[in-house]
Amino acid sequence: MAAKKILNDPRNVVSEMIEGLVLANDGRVRKLDGVDAIVRTDLPAGKVALLIGGGSGHEPVFHGFVGANMADGAACGQVFAAPSPEIVYEAAKAVHRGNGIVFLYGNYAGDNMNFDIASEMLEDDGIDVRTIRVRDDVAAAPPERMDDRRGVAGDLYMIKIVGGAATELTDIDEVERVARKAEAAIRSIGVAVSPGSIPETGKLTFELGEDEIEVGMGAHGEAGVSRQKLAPADDVADQLADALLRDLPFHGGDEVALLINNLGATTMMEMLIVNRRIRQILADRNISVHRSDVGTYLTVQEMAGFSITLMKLDAELKHFLDLPCDSFGFKQP
Amino acid sequence: MKNELNAQAVSAMMQAVSLHVIANTDALTDADLAIGDGDHGIGMRRGFEAVLQQLSDWEPESPEAVMKQSGMAIMSKTGGAAGAVFGTVFRSGSKALAGVATIDAASLGDFLSDGCAAAAKRGGAAPGQKTMLDALAPAAEAARKHAPDGLYAALDAAHASAVNGLEKTRAMVATTGKARSLGERSIGHIDPGALSICLIIEAMRDFAKTT
Repeated sequence: MAAKKILNDPRNVVSEMIEGLVLANDGRVRKLDGVDAIVRTDLPAGKVALLIGGGSGHEPVFHGFVGANMADGAACGQVFAAPSPEIVYEAAKAVHRGNGIVFLYGNYAGDNMNFDIASEMLEDDGIDVRTIRVRDDVAAAPPERMDDRRGVAGDLYMIKIVGGAATELTDIDEVERVARKAEAAIRSIGVAVSPGSIPETGKLTFELGEDEIEVGMGAHGEAGVSRQKLAPADDVADQLADALLRDLPFHGGDEVALLINNLGATTMMEMLIVNRRIRQILADRNISVHRSDVGTYLTVQEMAGFSITLMKLDAELKHFLDLPCDSFGFKQP
Repeated sequence: MKNELNAQAVSAMMQAVSLHVIANTDALTDADLAIGDGDHGIGMRRGFEAVLQQLSDWEPESPEAVMKQSGMAIMSKTGGAAGAVFGTVFRSGSKALAGVATIDAASLGDFLSDGCAAAAKRGGAAPGQKTMLDALAPAAEAARKHAPDGLYAALDAAHASAVNGLEKTRAMVATTGKARSLGERSIGHIDPGALSICLIIEAMRDFAKTT
């Protein structure tokens, strides 16, 4: 049975979504002609550019995070599919202000290849491109295989920090340094309760039994670490927290940012109950929470479930994380 | 049966390939749902619809141009890993056809072989990792080996080897791409990209038979 969604022609979901997104930005972003990419309308000259992107269907990631002190532009792929080199290249040209471009995206084979091809094209044009791949999903691979880890909800904090750095710092080397530090300090893990579906096929991306959950499932239904029986919120939170804390590892005395992300269809009530438990665990371990964000940042269509992200902070990361910002998907006064 | 295809014939062949891939969208979706996120069928459809659009009403000057433009169309419209990899096969493979006025069995083998090597480099993968390379590498090898037998025979052998390679992916553990997180759970399923290769070469063979 096809999933129930209110759509027009499912083949047009991405272009129609972009049109709606641009309008929801009230003039602060524009769509490029003939290309599925959006860019800020008020880009300062000489700024180090930040271009993000990836498959659509994860709104507000990525294209919802274009704005002041966030990304300068986003290359939008089709649902769950990386944008083509052409889209990335055109978006990059549109955001470039003569001071180099930082590419920031999730570490997936498709994104890596398409952004790399675009990067080679830009280098042929003499443009300096630096690539940062978000690899925060601890469930995807053990720490010794970081390159096999995917990018998930940590994208938000990465875009926030690198967006701030690319606004305040004028040297692309410095922006890259901050980005690499942030990327090394962030860890996430999720749990899926029920699947989402791709609009064009109407088919669920995986199957999960009535009373089953999958810990560590990826943002496209990639298999996680374990499929298990539905359990109380505190037990699930304990399990996720344990996997996160021992991975970096996080220690007593650390200061962190905590992000609890709705994968699409989970209630805010459930998320807050999980937040309550995570805060108890962090307090017990003497880990202080500098800031917390509980909301919907990276979705997988109507997938139910949530993810938890922890980022270890220092003064510099705190500074960039706390800068005011203004984008459709995340605003900070 | 012809043993040599000029630019117009190569364009007609690529249009037949496109129609065959598009007709099999659902089969590719189902194969991908078992092991990935289920977008391979619609991605390949987008890419090969773009190939059709590129090739119709266009007078290509050479077989190289047909393959290069097909690769560009696939790369710009498919998206995802598939767009980069399949686009690379045609775009980089086309360089093996530089300066030739017609494709014969030998140059087709070179095209497949160079395209395969370029796709492997782009994806950082090798045969045995449950990818499209597991169908393309044996197909390219078979086409070269059977080149003296003529175009149809070479493509028929390439297709048989691709199908054999596809079947072998069933027993493989995915170690690259989105399916790698399935680990052992990927065993028992074919690789959707390898299925696409079989469809592409199947349509090439059928075209060679009826031309």
